[in-house]
This record gives sequence, C-alpha cells and structure tokens, in this order.
Amino acid sequence: MKRTLRIVAAAIVLAAATFWAASGANRGWTKTSVPTKTVDDVTGIEGVTYTRKFVPGLDFLALGVLGAVFLVGVSFLIPKKQLEPGQ
Amino acid sequence: MKTTIIVAIALVAFAGAGLAAPETFDFKDPKGVNNAGFRVDAPLEAVNGNANGISGTVTFDSENPAATQGKIIVASASLMVPNSMQQHHLHSDMWLDVAKYPEITFESKAFKNVKTEGNVTTAEVVGNFTLKGVSKELTVPVKLTYLKDKLGARVPKMKGDLLVIRSNFSIKRSDFNIQPHQMEDKVSDDIDLTLSIAGAAAK
Repeated sequence: MKRTLRIVAAAIVLAAATFWAASGANRGWTKTSVPTKTVDDVTGIEGVTYTRKFVPGLDFLALGVLGAVFLVGVSFLIPKKQLEPGQ
Repeated sequence: MKTTIIVAIALVAFAGAGLAAPETFDFKDPKGVNNAGFRVDAPLEAVNGNANGISGTVTFDSENPAATQGKIIVASASLMVPNSMQQHHLHSDMWLDVAKYPEITFESKAFKNVKTEGNVTTAEVVGNFTLKGVSKELTVPVKLTYLKDKLGARVPKMKGDLLVIRSNFSIKRSDFNIQPHQMEDKVSDDIDLTLSIAGAAAK
C-alpha cells in the first residue's frame, strides 16, 4: 500500500510536469482562455478576443506537487505490515 | 450677375461652414474591436484584462477640437481575464461588484493643452471617472485621430467619418473603494488603464 501511494505520487508529479511542459511551460498563472489580438486595418486599433483553452501555469504544477507530497505523507502514516510468526 | 455670383459664393461658404460643424460619434462598435484594457501587478505574473462592452458618444469638431465633449461607458460585466477563477473574483462583490455597478464611465468636462497636427489632436481631458459607484475628477492624456470619410472602409455601404480615441492612464483602486489598502501584496493598488476605441458619425 505504501509503495502504491508513492508510485501514484511520482506519477502525479511526472504527469503534471509533462503536461505543463508540453503546453508551453507557462511560468505565469493557469489560463482557461487565451487572448488573441487582431488589428483593425482602418483604425489601427488592436482588439482582443478570448478563446477557451486550458494552459497550465506554475500554480497547476504546484498543485500537482502538493498532491504528491500529501500522498507520500499519507504513505508514512500507514503501519508496516506485521510479519506473521514463523515468517 | 455680379450679385448672383456673390450670393452663390456666400451659399457655398455657408454650406462649407455647415460641413465643419461638430459631429457626434457613436462608440458602439459593430466589429467589437473597441476595447478598454487594464493591468495590475501581482505575484508570479501581472494580471491583464480587457473589456469590449464599449458605448457612449463624443461630439467632435475638427475645426475646434478643444470643444470636444462626450461620455464613454464600459460595461463592467464585459471585463475578461484569462483565468476563470480570477474573472469570477473580479466580477464579485469583493472587487468590482458588476451586478451592483454595471458601468464604468468617463465624462469629459474640459479639454486642455490641445495640439492639432494634421488629423491628429493630442490633449489633456479633465473629466469625471466613475468606478464602482465612486466618481473622481481625473485629468488624462488623449490622442484623437479624425478619419474623414473612412466609415465606409470599415462598415461597407455606410458613409461618414471615424474618430479614434486612445488614452493611457493610471488610477488607484483604493480611491474607488476596491478593497482599499487590502491585499496590496497580492494585487497592486495601481491599475494601468488603456483605451483604444473608434466612433462613427454616419452621414
């Protein structure tokens, strides 16, 4: 059980880091939409529209690490398996 | 014959004077490009957002830009930031309370230090800025660009003029009862604002 929790914790950290890096390694806050700028040819005004897109940030990474730390912590609370007499 | 010519010239001159009369520009943008932006410093990353719910009118006379008057309205609920949780907080009664205060407005009272070069006028506008129900007199720099007969290039089949207004200025959230002197370690007191809008005067 202890081992399983630690493997899950490692998997969470690895998955969060991989997803964060693959999504562009955003060093800011997690974004749930991204701004797109368009320039109006006549007036020169730069308009901004938002498109729904999930971009994980450092807070997402921190949440993954915190989750993993919690699981590792829980793993230390699980008592060691008692050996049966004669084993 | 001579009198007829003089009368004709006078009529043309009168008509010309009529053409240079003040025009009222409507800032409700059918293309949705008009926007007001804001920026506040925060740990990790500055929070940038935009609002495109712009409306209002400005009366502008290209022969007398100093007489410009108007009011610009930003719909508070149109303020967007890239993080949905931050946006929820921004709209909530903790910050802007958009349900109770649906509009952010700036109404001009006077134009100062007006300088015109070609179709571009720069000035300082004294006006009332209202945010979260608090009104405060501000003096902000503006750049007005008058684009004569350009409405058709932007909105097909329409004739008229365009007026582009740009302005950058800063306010303090504590002046407008937005969590005054609280959480300044998380969200700066200073808010940088930018306005980039175009109004149309159809003929």
